[in-house]
Amino acid sequence: MIAELGLAALWLAAALAALQLIAGALSQRDESGELASLARPAAIMQGLLAGFAFIMLLWLFAVTDLSVKLVADNSHSAKPMIFKLAGTWGNHEGSMLLWVTVMALAGSLIALLERRLPERTMQATLAAQAFVGLGFYAFLLLSSNPFERLPEPALEGAGLNPLLQDIGLAFHPPTLYFGYVGLSVAFSFAVGALLTGRVGPDFARAMRPWVLGAWIFLTLGITAGSYWAYYELGWGGWWFWDPVENASLMPWLAATALLHSVSVLAARDALRAWTIMLGVVAFSMSMLGTFLVRSGILTSVHAFAVDPERGTFILALLILYVGGALLLFGLKAGSVAEGERFSVTSREGALVFNNVMLSAILGIVLLGTLYPLLTEAFDVRVSVGPPYFNPVGAIFTIPMLIVMAIGPLLRWKGDSIRRIKLPLAIVAAIMAAALLLVIVMGDYSILAMLGLAIAIGLAVGSFMPLRGRNLRRVPIATWGMVVAHFGLAVALFGMASESAFSEERLAAVEIGQSAQVGPWTVTLDQVKPVAGPNWTAIQGDLSAKYEGGETAILKPQTRNFWAPEQETTESTLATRWNGQLYAVIGNEAGQGRWQLRLWWKPFVTFIWYGGILVALGGLLALIGRLRGDLKRRHAKARLEEQARYRDEEAPV
Amino acid sequence: MKRLMLWVPLALFFGFAGLAAYQLTQPKDEFIESAMVGQPMPQFDLRPASPDRPGVALADLQDGKPKLLNIWASWCVPCIAEAPQLEALREQGVEIVGVAIRDKPEDVAKFLERYGNPYTRIGADDLSEIQLAIGSSGVPETFVIDGNGIIQHQHLGDIRAEHIPMLLQKLQEAGS
Amino acid sequence: MTRAVIIAIACLLGLASIASAQQSLPPAPLAYEQLQDPAQEAAAQDLMQTLRCLKCQSQSIADSDAPMAGDMRHQVRSRIAAGEEPEAIRAWLVERYGDYVSYAPTVSETTWPLFAIPLMLLVIALFVLRGRFRREAK
Repeated sequence: MIAELGLAALWLAAALAALQLIAGALSQRDESGELASLARPAAIMQGLLAGFAFIMLLWLFAVTDLSVKLVADNSHSAKPMIFKLAGTWGNHEGSMLLWVTVMALAGSLIALLERRLPERTMQATLAAQAFVGLGFYAFLLLSSNPFERLPEPALEGAGLNPLLQDIGLAFHPPTLYFGYVGLSVAFSFAVGALLTGRVGPDFARAMRPWVLGAWIFLTLGITAGSYWAYYELGWGGWWFWDPVENASLMPWLAATALLHSVSVLAARDALRAWTIMLGVVAFSMSMLGTFLVRSGILTSVHAFAVDPERGTFILALLILYVGGALLLFGLKAGSVAEGERFSVTSREGALVFNNVMLSAILGIVLLGTLYPLLTEAFDVRVSVGPPYFNPVGAIFTIPMLIVMAIGPLLRWKGDSIRRIKLPLAIVAAIMAAALLLVIVMGDYSILAMLGLAIAIGLAVGSFMPLRGRNLRRVPIATWGMVVAHFGLAVALFGMASESAFSEERLAAVEIGQSAQVGPWTVTLDQVKPVAGPNWTAIQGDLSAKYEGGETAILKPQTRNFWAPEQETTESTLATRWNGQLYAVIGNEAGQGRWQLRLWWKPFVTFIWYGGILVALGGLLALIGRLRGDLKRRHAKARLEEQARYRDEEAPV
Repeated sequence: MKRLMLWVPLALFFGFAGLAAYQLTQPKDEFIESAMVGQPMPQFDLRPASPDRPGVALADLQDGKPKLLNIWASWCVPCIAEAPQLEALREQGVEIVGVAIRDKPEDVAKFLERYGNPYTRIGADDLSEIQLAIGSSGVPETFVIDGNGIIQHQHLGDIRAEHIPMLLQKLQEAGS
Repeated sequence: MTRAVIIAIACLLGLASIASAQQSLPPAPLAYEQLQDPAQEAAAQDLMQTLRCLKCQSQSIADSDAPMAGDMRHQVRSRIAAGEEPEAIRAWLVERYGDYVSYAPTVSETTWPLFAIPLMLLVIALFVLRGRFRREAK
């Protein structure tokens, strides 16, 4: 019954999406038509119904209803409740339903709240949103029905991949979906604006919270995903340039560029066509990522729910949306006026530089990710990995980071370098001094040394916009920018430090013996079997002493799961302010010895602290912008009221 | 010019879409072909992997007779499926030399007892050294070696009944 | 969705389900053991991180527990210990497995666009910036 209710709600939501599309589209011809008034209510209802369908699926997973195929295939009655619930979206069908639900809810929110845009653009936007949504409804209902029943209820569920039974990972995918959906809204705004040709600051302000929101979630998603790979894969790496990782990075790069260009558009009414283009590109990258991950045409450690048939469906959607939007762009963008002018040394100038560099980096990641696919078409197999992405990406990343340290100091429209020469000199001197210091310190890779120097310069530079200002009167959005830029410096420092200073120790030790890694002395106290709810494990009890002083206890395990059967290594970490000790226990090495893999990674945690700071900066900016929008709306409402009041008084 | 630029994104996108669509229709094969076909076998000398068969060295592959070099292991499930086909090949007079990868003598003996022993020689490659040296990336794989010790063909994955005529053909070509 | 949801470390899955249940031979001597000389070990580590594990789904041999990755690590470490140059070892492997085995593409007949396109991007970027700013400067 629950499953049928969910399915019915999903069909109804799809029908409402169709209605929303038709109403929105017809209103383009006849604005006063009765149908036009239907688009908003349809969007709101559609969101509610999709939300209802998703709750039904959550319910089915919570009670482990084994008569439902999806539950039987992906869940297990012995699983902890939190992972039962997380199992709802830990599979292809459920994650697609989550995506559709979030998208429909986002549609409801715009329909309910967005009043700034001309009604015609608004209708076009809702129609575009419905058009995108319909494709996903079709995908779900026609080929990936999450509510499908089994002819005979299964006796027990097949379980969830043990690597996915991890609290961080349970919330990682929804985070990315929120990001993707936010970009779909930006896409719909872009398409709506292209259709009506009304591109300006109002459009940018309507789009900005969605881009910011999406960007916050994408940042968190990538940060969490990287940390997850770091501790779960058991070899201490935190970024592998794996196709799936790249697939999550590309939308972020596009969204970062979009975020900055939308600010230019909102503040100065410049970069109109470019912002539209980025709106389309950002969503294309999320779709492309989904396609690459699900179709399995690229080989990845993170391959998930791979199925060529689904790949075909997603590719068809991709061609329909992105091909359609780009066609529209080719036809209409020429008629979008260029926008306001500005000089090289201006805030806009720096932001254009940022956008060009980000686009180039995006181009390189895209090229490196897809290139093996291209050569495979000619029967040649190549691998593209870190030795390619790091240096080639750096060609564009380094100038971008340097400009980033000073760009925010420039004024809008036109400025002179002379005005900011003092902060400029300070940042340059700090970077040069830091670079000199690391060169003296030892023989590290050039990229790591540059990274350290730029990180330190950027960290100082990111606070320069606050110089000489009354801190209490600095707008929240400006704080957001400062925090986000500082966060990037922190993350960069972590990356460079990890790459330059990490120490590795592989050792086979007997019980009671020690191994040395960096400043740590690690002793294997005992090895014992332990059991969990759905696994058994060999656990090594380690005591680690930092430079003979403080002691940390670590308990790494090699786990054997039985539903489904799989072996995983559970690494353990001892975290200090200045880095992490990373320990893994491997197999028995003979003669009573055990394999230990130990790493000391100075400041590695800065990578993820930085990521969180970047997201926090985004959040501050979002709060600042929303408050600004609300103030503007109130002011406008007051003006209108006064005007009405005058009108009423006047005739008398 | 400006107008034309607006169409560049669409053109690039269709390039990608075409490629993606093409790749979706292609079967995804996970096999990595050796680049050593046409090259001579490297110098090697493997100890026997089983008490009743001698080990394998380069000289054994240069005796003028074409052979199959079968890379396998007792822990490899597809190797079990392949065993009857190797037996069929042996019955047709093909000389098969085995290389057991990362295997214990007792496991090898058990496997041969249960699934048959089509090999004239079996070498033990405990560190995958020969496997790496001839560009093989998994088990089972089978190489056609001519009488001079030159690799003439590589068969990836287990041999099925339908592959036998093709392998016989390759052996014949290698013999002439 | 991404890394997210993911994963089946195919090395584990692939081997665990098909094969490794009974792989009882201990790993190769240098699979999990570092070289004595830190400089040699660093060179080996740098190389291993850029060689592809052939049994895995997109992992380097430095990041994998697959037995074959262990054997390849042994091969790399013992050759480095014997004084061989890292790039010679890479070349030896590429000779056997093609470019696929190396994560570090070099300019060749099949890979030149990987390097030409970024150059082109650089030129386009400069062109765009110059065009934009010269026009605006007026």
